[in-house]
Amino acid sequence: MIAALEITPSYYLILAAALFTIGAVGVLVRRNVIVMFMSVELMLNAVNLTFVAFAKALNDTAGQVLVFFTLVVAAAEVAVGLAIIVAIFRRRRGATADDLRVLEG
Amino acid sequence: MTVVLFFAFGALALTGALGVVLSRNPVHSALWLVLTLVSVAVLFLIQDAQLLAAVQVIVYAGAIVVLFLFVIMLLGVDRREVLTEHLRFQRPIAVALGALILAEVLLLAGHTWATGAKTASGVPIQGGGDFGNNIQRVARVLFTDFLWPFQLTAVLLVIAVVGSVALAKRSGERPEGPQVDTRDARATTEGESVP
Repeated sequence: MIAALEITPSYYLILAAALFTIGAVGVLVRRNVIVMFMSVELMLNAVNLTFVAFAKALNDTAGQVLVFFTLVVAAAEVAVGLAIIVAIFRRRRGATADDLRVLEG
Repeated sequence: MTVVLFFAFGALALTGALGVVLSRNPVHSALWLVLTLVSVAVLFLIQDAQLLAAVQVIVYAGAIVVLFLFVIMLLGVDRREVLTEHLRFQRPIAVALGALILAEVLLLAGHTWATGAKTASGVPIQGGGDFGNNIQRVARVLFTDFLWPFQLTAVLLVIAVVGSVALAKRSGERPEGPQVDTRDARATTEGESVP
């Protein structure tokens, strides 16, 4: 019965949609900034999964190459974001979203 | 085989994602994130993206999660967060918006018009002449069709490195030296007084 079932690209798209949604809800619900960053990483991973699924479905390697650029953007985002979190923590002694209500220097 | 792997590691990826969002301790969130990343790497592997699976484990699980854990340990923010909300109805609205996003994306995933047509001129993943293995195919596309974006990522990484150094640098703040100095002084005086 299992052998009759075939994994189509839609399965991967639905899985990626679920991962993306969990990440988006994590960004909206959590207030610890570091966990919000991890949720953003989840969303980026869901997009990567979509790219790879389309590369497989369309038989084109360009989809896999685009994942590299997503990886680069994710790495740069994490580096700058964590530096911002460290700077905020030094100034406010806390790293939740409530510490960022006042955006003065 | 592929079916079993897809459902097993898809379920593991969803479990890890829920663990990231639901666990109270940021360190536990980071460890759940590793589970999701490795599961997605396995999903890459069964989709003929061997290089990306290796890069996923090395870069994400190896470097980015370690960076997260490093900042968590450095700042000492691994205490439980307060769950009282300052904004009323923020959490139910967030969950409702998440359900809306899920409905939208599932609607898009169910339609084939979003996928477009198969390309005629790209480098195929399998077959199609002597393009070599997965790494050689990815390299051929990366260094021919995507050469200009590849150069731009170098600029982006330089900007990110300079920006993070400039942000994390202590500028115009008093260094936290005196605490360390007093502790050292006390230790030396104790060490001198004991004998």
